[in-house]
Amino acid sequence: MAVLDVAVVKKDFPILDQQVHGRRLVFLDSAASAQKPQVVLDAMRHYYETTHANVHRGVYGLAEEATALYEGAREKVGRFIGARSSREVLFSKNATESINLVAHAWGRANLRAGDAVLLSEIEHHANLVPWLILKDALGLELRYLPLGDDGQLDLTHLDELLAGVKLVGVTALSNVLGTIPPVRRIADAAHAAGAVVVVDGSQYVPHVATDVEALGADFLAFTGHKMVGPTGIGVLWGREELLDAMPPFLGGGDMIRDVRLDGFVVNDLPWKFEAGTPPIAEAVGLGAAVDYLEGLGLEAVREHEIALTGYALRTLDARLGDDITIYGPSDPASRGGVLSFSYKDIHPHDISQVLDSQGVCVRAGHHCAKPLMRRLGVGATARASFYLYNDETDVDALADALSAASDLFG
Amino acid sequence: MPGLEDLYREIILDHYRSPRNRGELPAPPARRVEGYNPLCGDEIVLYVDVDVEGEGEAGEARVADIKIGGQGCSISQSSASMMSAAVKGKTVEEARTLIRAFKAMMSIHEHRLDGEDGDGPDADGGATAPANGAKVPLGDLEALQGVVRFPVRIKCATLSWNTLQQGLDEAAPGS
Ligand SMILES: Cc1ncc(COP(=O)(O)O)c(C=O)c1O
Repeated sequence: MAVLDVAVVKKDFPILDQQVHGRRLVFLDSAASAQKPQVVLDAMRHYYETTHANVHRGVYGLAEEATALYEGAREKVGRFIGARSSREVLFSKNATESINLVAHAWGRANLRAGDAVLLSEIEHHANLVPWLILKDALGLELRYLPLGDDGQLDLTHLDELLAGVKLVGVTALSNVLGTIPPVRRIADAAHAAGAVVVVDGSQYVPHVATDVEALGADFLAFTGHKMVGPTGIGVLWGREELLDAMPPFLGGGDMIRDVRLDGFVVNDLPWKFEAGTPPIAEAVGLGAAVDYLEGLGLEAVREHEIALTGYALRTLDARLGDDITIYGPSDPASRGGVLSFSYKDIHPHDISQVLDSQGVCVRAGHHCAKPLMRRLGVGATARASFYLYNDETDVDALADALSAASDLFG
Repeated sequence: MPGLEDLYREIILDHYRSPRNRGELPAPPARRVEGYNPLCGDEIVLYVDVDVEGEGEAGEARVADIKIGGQGCSISQSSASMMSAAVKGKTVEEARTLIRAFKAMMSIHEHRLDGEDGDGPDADGGATAPANGAKVPLGDLEALQGVVRFPVRIKCATLSWNTLQQGLDEAAPGS
């Protein structure tokens, strides 16, 4: 298996080659949004400079080429996640819109008052609020898989919780704790109970080799900007038979086959769910991002992140000891490279501010997971997250900067 | 630490480490108001006891006591602490003037769009308060001036002030 050469990878990301406040930029917030390699920037620029036209409409050469690039990106993304057909790969605006698509189109067609939906306590707001909206609109019952004290979902009562459940929504990798729930096990149990499974792959697909069949999901949502692609494009993969049976989501151009003054006929998959001019350049960029990730190898990326997460856990423990509390599973191999932490009594805002002055970018806040923050008993945490361009020097810079915060507030 | 000394002045850290007027007041008679910064989860619980009859010559309403609870970052906590010290014993009118001056220092100027958004002191106390709040001496509070250079933190600094404003509006409407 290929090993990631981070020194080379770092050079692929022009933004990392800069100083902030007179120090090397240490970017530890890829869980919020990843940086972009030159090949992605070039692909988008090249598209605009040479090929841009609207897709699916023109007869002229440019329009055909643009359409081929757009549809080619869909095929790349489909292959990347093991989709059987590119008809199952829908482009959206982001993961949030992908999940809203499922809630709106599948949910409103299939859920009735009193139906139960099972989520988990560690979900991002993107996989909570769409269901809370449906709860209010339809009168659903929402249930939650609890978080155990070991940082893993507690599946002890999975079967009881699944009784009468029509849909299960679960993250494949927590953006706060790094937890990697056993999605396959949950999906098998959910299917046995007759439920459909929506997986939030926003933090998983960019970091772990993904095969939708192995995952066992019926829907998988993810977002381009966290996988070294551009903002403005997300993906929803769904099983063809489910997508086929669903009513459309947004209405407009492109998603129809015919329109009359008294009705319309929807287009085939996947375009049935892509109303209006899609994010074409963004799809091209996402395709380039997929090529880039495949070139490095997701197995190598994951190995690297496990090793780096292990190094971070050891370093922070050795240097800061009891002063730092890191949330989530303790075994690097059973978690992603997302470290949420509390440090002394220093507020995460102050931590992030002092770290910024040292060139170190970490997120501070509730990470769009307020129910999880309440469960952890904190208002906010600081969070450092790793990706393929981070290395041990970045972890050392984090530890140094935390010591500086301690000098100021300690 | 480059730039940071502007933000984390010694007096700010002092108020953060030993906050003044921490605690609760029996409510009622005091008003209990909660303020919330959804961005970072900072919370403030403010108790303000307004003596409405007042002992001032004109029978002005007065901030008889104030207590602060909740949790947050150094900027929101120290700002709340300094605010409590600054307004305690002041007339409601003076407190409102201070709120306006503080917000002006934070580069927040509340403009009312015609007929809309009567939020803020301009809505009622405008006649007697100086038009330019910046002229009001802010004392220790001036230390928070540096926050303006860190725009995301302005909301931290103003959290307690907005909460106080709400408390005064409720406790002494029309004053
Ligand atoms: C787990 C998880 N789900 C969903 C999202 C939403 O992604 P987006 O904002 O791109 O829709 C995020 C990112 O913030 C996330 O971390």
